[in-house]
Amino acid sequence: MTTLNPNLLIDVRDLQMHFPVTKGVIFQSRVGDIKAVDGVSFQIMRGETLGLVGESGSGKTTLGRCILQLLKPTGGEVRFRGQDLMQLSGKQMRPLRRELQVIFQDPYGSLNPRMTVGSIVEEPLIIHKQGSKEERKRRVAELFEVVGLNPGMMDRYPNEFSGGQRQRIGIARALAVNPTFIVCDEPVSALDVSIQAQVINLLSSLQERFDLTYLFIAHDLSVVRHISDRVAVMYLGKIVEITGRDELYQDPKHPYTRALLSAVPIPDPVVEASRERIILTGDVPSPIDPPKGCSFHPRCPFAMDVCREMTPALKATSEGHSVACHLY
Amino acid sequence: MPPLLQVKNLKTYFHTEDSVVKAVDGISYSLEAGETMGLVGESGCGKTVSALSLMRLIPEPPGKIVDGEVLLEGEDLLKLGKDRMRRRRGRDIAMVFQEPMTSLNPVLSVGRQLTEALEMHLGLSRGAAYTRAGELLEEVGIPDPGRRLDDYPHRMSGGMRQRVMVAMALSCEPKVLLADEPTTAVDVTIQAQLLDLINRLSKERGTAVVIITHNLGVVARYADTVNVMYAGRIVEGSSAHNVYGTPRHPYTLGLLASVPRLDETIREQLVPIEGAPPDLAHREPGCSFRPRCSFAVDACALKDPTLAPKNPGHFAACLVDITSRAPEPVA
Repeated sequence: MTTLNPNLLIDVRDLQMHFPVTKGVIFQSRVGDIKAVDGVSFQIMRGETLGLVGESGSGKTTLGRCILQLLKPTGGEVRFRGQDLMQLSGKQMRPLRRELQVIFQDPYGSLNPRMTVGSIVEEPLIIHKQGSKEERKRRVAELFEVVGLNPGMMDRYPNEFSGGQRQRIGIARALAVNPTFIVCDEPVSALDVSIQAQVINLLSSLQERFDLTYLFIAHDLSVVRHISDRVAVMYLGKIVEITGRDELYQDPKHPYTRALLSAVPIPDPVVEASRERIILTGDVPSPIDPPKGCSFHPRCPFAMDVCREMTPALKATSEGHSVACHLY
Repeated sequence: MPPLLQVKNLKTYFHTEDSVVKAVDGISYSLEAGETMGLVGESGCGKTVSALSLMRLIPEPPGKIVDGEVLLEGEDLLKLGKDRMRRRRGRDIAMVFQEPMTSLNPVLSVGRQLTEALEMHLGLSRGAAYTRAGELLEEVGIPDPGRRLDDYPHRMSGGMRQRVMVAMALSCEPKVLLADEPTTAVDVTIQAQLLDLINRLSKERGTAVVIITHNLGVVARYADTVNVMYAGRIVEGSSAHNVYGTPRHPYTLGLLASVPRLDETIREQLVPIEGAPPDLAHREPGCSFRPRCSFAVDACALKDPTLAPKNPGHFAACLVDITSRAPEPVA
């Protein structure tokens, strides 16, 4: 065992989440696996924000859910403060769930339409048996103020709120039980641009105020760059590059990262006209039948023979910068 | 010569039981052949309704185009009979709809959905239309197009469906293409492919394109001119260069300040536009942006500003000259 770094909060080692693909109705036989998460390792320090980017189907959301044990991973370890969550029973896990919370992408689908927003925010307090009825009410009112909502609106239903307000309710619910770690799963992608900035600012100020650690999942690279300390790029269930935010944007190594960055338009016609761009062809391949070797090689402008044969391992090219590519 | 497409004072209202929602409230713009215009705004500002009005696809009731003209090569589409409009819709003016998942018919093969328009508008035979449909799929970058023609939409990914939508819209080589959020449902790498395709075809064939989006970056990359919509009206319009370089409406300025950019140094805080857009059923007197505006003066509560020239070719609906005043915190 290596000595435990006291600042190390989340330590994911070789995490795998394979979903079986079956054939037949009564006599089901397993014909393959969808490797949604396929051997992912990374660490998150206390108080840090790790951004996780990738296209749809790359396994970002599945990875987030595996860390929270909302899905039972098929292999690997998820260590929270040194303790492997995958070895815990449901009962042992329960007190830890208080510390691990999530903010969902869809502010419309993630709030129960038949509960008042006050009881939605109160529910985690009841589940974790915190406080008396009066104390809980006071706490909910306090949480409403923390996320910038009027506590007078506690008795209303979710349909009376706009998307941005609903997302604030989702944030209040996640904060209710004083978590240490929050998985933010595309928390702003369903919101309008002017509202996005409000929610992003709120998340940053909450992080400072309550010493929170975030895994920030998003496909918008400009947003991820704004909020993250480090960024991991995922492609077909694997992390292909992980490094500090400035390093990633100034010196991207993996051809996929470079293509992603060059595909993001910049809101300035003068800058746009002079930019050099890499345009990828084709779609993300199916994770049931990923290409042999490096799974990015069919779309990669720099693919070599070795890429078609061997899967590149994630290895450090410099301090704190790791890439999974045969070019390095 | 009049411009290819001219929209004049278009108004589309929706009548509900107890109110009238003025979704589009008097917008005007014009477009030349080969030109790409970006129509920018947030959800509910009337972008999509304005495009559907041009296509005459507003469900009636509850909606109604209450005023205005849509002149395509001088002919007012709003005055055409149902049959004559049907012959022009899809042929002269076509639209890429927002939701690739729900805009395709799930019980017809992709090939059939493409050949339908080709047979009707161009009078091709079934066989010729089928061949042409295959070519169209190839043009939009769908691998193995011959086999894909017989596939049903559910067998395709979101990106592929969106490409089929683009192929359908382009199939009759329309003069005007309305692309409604063509990229919101797809990933950035697919987004770049699709918009490059639309852009290339527009330049090759002289198609006029309206890109309807909330993404300021997309507009900066592809549009020649930009119109910014807020609460059913155009609040600023000019060349992309002017709108991004020297925005003259506080809303445009706010939008630009609220998005993080890849090429800037990282800011501590983003500058959001506080508050939320107004309820279009109960419009307050005065400027509709006033409650969220950091430049507002007393006069803004009384007078509803109209689009006026601020510089040659640069229009904005604002009483204040925002280039000469500093913003103040919203009360």
